[in-house]
Amino acid sequence: MEGWNYDNANNGDQIPKLTLKPISRTILALYAGASGDHNPILIDLNFAKQSGLKDVIAHGMLVMAYLGRALTNIIPQSSIKEFGVQFCSITEIGDTLTCSGFIREQKNNDGHKLIILDLEVSNSNGDKKLSGYAKVNLRIL
Amino acid sequence: MLNRSLIGKEYPPVVFNIEKQRLKFFSKATGQTDPIYFDEFYAIEQGHPSLLAPPTFLTTIGMEKDKPYQYLEDLNIDIGQLLHAKQRYIYLEQVYAGDTITMKSTISDMYDKKEGILQFVIFTSHYTNQNQSKVAEASSTLVVR
Repeated sequence: MEGWNYDNANNGDQIPKLTLKPISRTILALYAGASGDHNPILIDLNFAKQSGLKDVIAHGMLVMAYLGRALTNIIPQSSIKEFGVQFCSITEIGDTLTCSGFIREQKNNDGHKLIILDLEVSNSNGDKKLSGYAKVNLRIL
Repeated sequence: MLNRSLIGKEYPPVVFNIEKQRLKFFSKATGQTDPIYFDEFYAIEQGHPSLLAPPTFLTTIGMEKDKPYQYLEDLNIDIGQLLHAKQRYIYLEQVYAGDTITMKSTISDMYDKKEGILQFVIFTSHYTNQNQSKVAEASSTLVVR
């Protein structure tokens, strides 16, 4: 964990960004194995084409896992109380994803700070892949 | 049109042992850099009982059913037309390597958009550990295109 100074943070402040390696077929194969999600539109080019796609697509849950990393890089996982996303567009081979976020709302509560973060993952063209939020409960240091 | 009489359908519970090797594999696949997710000695040094399961790992449990895509047959959906629309987790307790997690899932709702061109189905899952403590709740919205 790299630490993030949330004590004096203001609404609208950005969290540190996380940029990932470009999505490759190797990454999709590994994620299929590790997640147990063997849906063929994610790993089998022929099947993807038969389903009307031009190539295999990335697991939405891989993209959400990256966004989870952006959170746990800066705050303890135990502080995350709720984490939700909406998948906005398909993530393709070659996409370089960046996870970002900012503070939407915060309130102090008995030595803790409740923060609602607005989150987003986009590729290098700025196409939004998912938008999300997290509710976190952090100890005030 | 999806068969809406299946709203409320419960699927048999899935019991899943959280294994260290599986968490390490998940870390590798997601490019994880924080060693609490793949280095047990480091995790223990940091005060954890073992490797920590990352925030989205719970979804892999549903894939360990004998037939993870049984619902596609039930709903008569072609897997090639299915996309993930939304995912949400509510966390109550941390999950570690060595835990045994039981997942219970229900089809909690269905709806459509664009005059039925897009059909949505929502699954709600409850996760409990070996001490019968609720550890998390998840909601997955899938869309048939």
